Amino acid sequence: MRFKLLSDIAIALALARWRQTLIAAVGVMFSITMFITLLGFMNGLNDMLDGLILNRTPHIKLYNELKPSASQPVQLASTYKDSYHFIRSIKPDAGRLEIYNVEPIMSAISKDDRVLGIAPKISTQVFYTVGAVDIAGMINGVDVDAENKLYYFSTYVTAGNYIDLKNIPNSIILGKAAADKMLAKIGDVVQVTTVTGEKQQLKVVGYFQSGINDIDKVQSYTSLSTAQKLLGQSRNYITDLQVKLKNIDLAPTMSKEYSILFAVDAEDIQTANAQFETGSNVRSLISYAVGITLLIVSGFGIYNILNMMNYEKMDSIAILKATGFSGSDVKRIFIMIALGIGVFGVMFGLIFGFLMSSVIDQIPFVTPALPSIKTFPVNYSLKFYVIGATFGIFTTYLAGYLPSRKASKVDPVVIIRGK
Amino acid sequence: MSTKVLESRNINKYFYTAQTQHVLKDVTFSVNTGDFASIVGKSGCGKSTLLYILSTMDTDYTGDLFIDGEPMRLKTDAELASVRNEKIGFVFQFHYLLNEFSVVRNVMIPGLKLGKYSEKELEERAMEKLKIFGIEDQARKYPNQLSGGQKQRVAIARALINDPIIIMGDEPTGNLDKKNSEIVFELFQKLAREYKQTLLIVTHDMEFAKATDHVIEMEDGRIL
Repeated sequence: MRFKLLSDIAIALALARWRQTLIAAVGVMFSITMFITLLGFMNGLNDMLDGLILNRTPHIKLYNELKPSASQPVQLASTYKDSYHFIRSIKPDAGRLEIYNVEPIMSAISKDDRVLGIAPKISTQVFYTVGAVDIAGMINGVDVDAENKLYYFSTYVTAGNYIDLKNIPNSIILGKAAADKMLAKIGDVVQVTTVTGEKQQLKVVGYFQSGINDIDKVQSYTSLSTAQKLLGQSRNYITDLQVKLKNIDLAPTMSKEYSILFAVDAEDIQTANAQFETGSNVRSLISYAVGITLLIVSGFGIYNILNMMNYEKMDSIAILKATGFSGSDVKRIFIMIALGIGVFGVMFGLIFGFLMSSVIDQIPFVTPALPSIKTFPVNYSLKFYVIGATFGIFTTYLAGYLPSRKASKVDPVVIIRGK
Repeated sequence: MSTKVLESRNINKYFYTAQTQHVLKDVTFSVNTGDFASIVGKSGCGKSTLLYILSTMDTDYTGDLFIDGEPMRLKTDAELASVRNEKIGFVFQFHYLLNEFSVVRNVMIPGLKLGKYSEKELEERAMEKLKIFGIEDQARKYPNQLSGGQKQRVAIARALINDPIIIMGDEPTGNLDKKNSEIVFELFQKLAREYKQTLLIVTHDMEFAKATDHVIEMEDGRIL
């Protein structure tokens, strides 16, 4: 009853100046719309750019690096323990690139609860032989199923079917740029030469396009067994283990743990690609800042109209107080007006924000660098809608607070005697 | 039997402008149930100031004020508001109707605030009050469609909606022409005689005052 009376009065006051009220609500709507659109679009782009690298980068990469031994025999000898050693011209040993005991390591890692999956890989330098010319390249032997599940391999195979790599023996998926250079069509056979001089004929079953031309110029994919055959190695020859985690933030600590546990080199994604995360964070920060600025500007609009209403409706406030409305009742009426404007503005803002995002989502965005993207990317995360709504209501409340306090302090005696 | 509806004891009030001005000096008087009282005096003698203190809207005074036997001095803003709502009806020089609401709604608002009756009952009661003043046919109109005299009658009806124990008027006929003044005055008479309504009216119109039961004359902040 009380609430209804106060809200009736609030509505009557708001409608008495409906044009201003509408403009204030449109202001809120506009800023929420822009907030949603901006964040959706910005984060869509972020996701896309991150995806370009991060989706295909293992969270932890285990490998054996060729490097000089950290401790030389003389340092291990107890006789010379307290001596100072001069050792010159240390060179790395021609050690093995493969990971020792790969089977037990793989089964141990896949039993770890924190791990989403593991994809073994063999990477090796090759030359693509085109006529009399050799082009330097790089072949990745992959477990096709694991690679697709964890690193969305199929997304980057723009021509041909990625699964053929597994089903057709001695097949290869060439980088698009490399294929263009070699004039190799699907179904053609290309010859690759390994660093050790082995020659092998491989059938092209597809093209691979990562979006980064430099990668497409050199990289191509084969299955694990094809790569092993190419190198003349046994079935347990694996050079890299790519681990994907459930929580990416654990990567740095877990990579250290694995490095010690399995005596291999380990690199985590944060170290490998620190700049990407920084870029995304800065972009999100800027879009939040712009969105919130818009909201604050619309808050000033609401503040303005309520202040004006305060002066215009001074008489009404005075008589309400004279007939028994307390200061806090008057305050509630003004807060209701502000929140009413806020709620309507936010509601329509969210709807229009969604519509704007959908429109942007339809705009064609074709670039040869990004084969999987056909239109502008938009992120529809509920998070932005919740933040927008919360912040919108909060700003309108703040904007309404000061005028409402002023209204509650109106002294009816001053107004009524002044007539 | 008559009890004191309103009592003031030694009320003093100062205006603190450039120099301190003593506007009310030891004002002591009371109004009993059923009284039709008026406060008269020259302009500037403090009669309106007194009325606003009596109405609980002005709390900046010394002395004691009792309404319906209850002391008002130490009540909070919200408590005073509910006293005004329930026990006092106001009629001002200007009507102060809310243009956004219909006439009947204007009359109902203090009643809705009190919340004693349902909305339907209140509407019936509001119509009754309007009928007393012969303006029930204007109930659905909006205040800006009414004449000055009609508006003032609506304002009186609004003052009556919660059956207040006292109605206070600050020059209620001050803004009206002679004919309308007479109508409003007759209405006050009717309320006092037929409905035994306690009334306290501030006026400078001696003719008006003479017709009341109890004239309180003021001069220079003192009751004579």
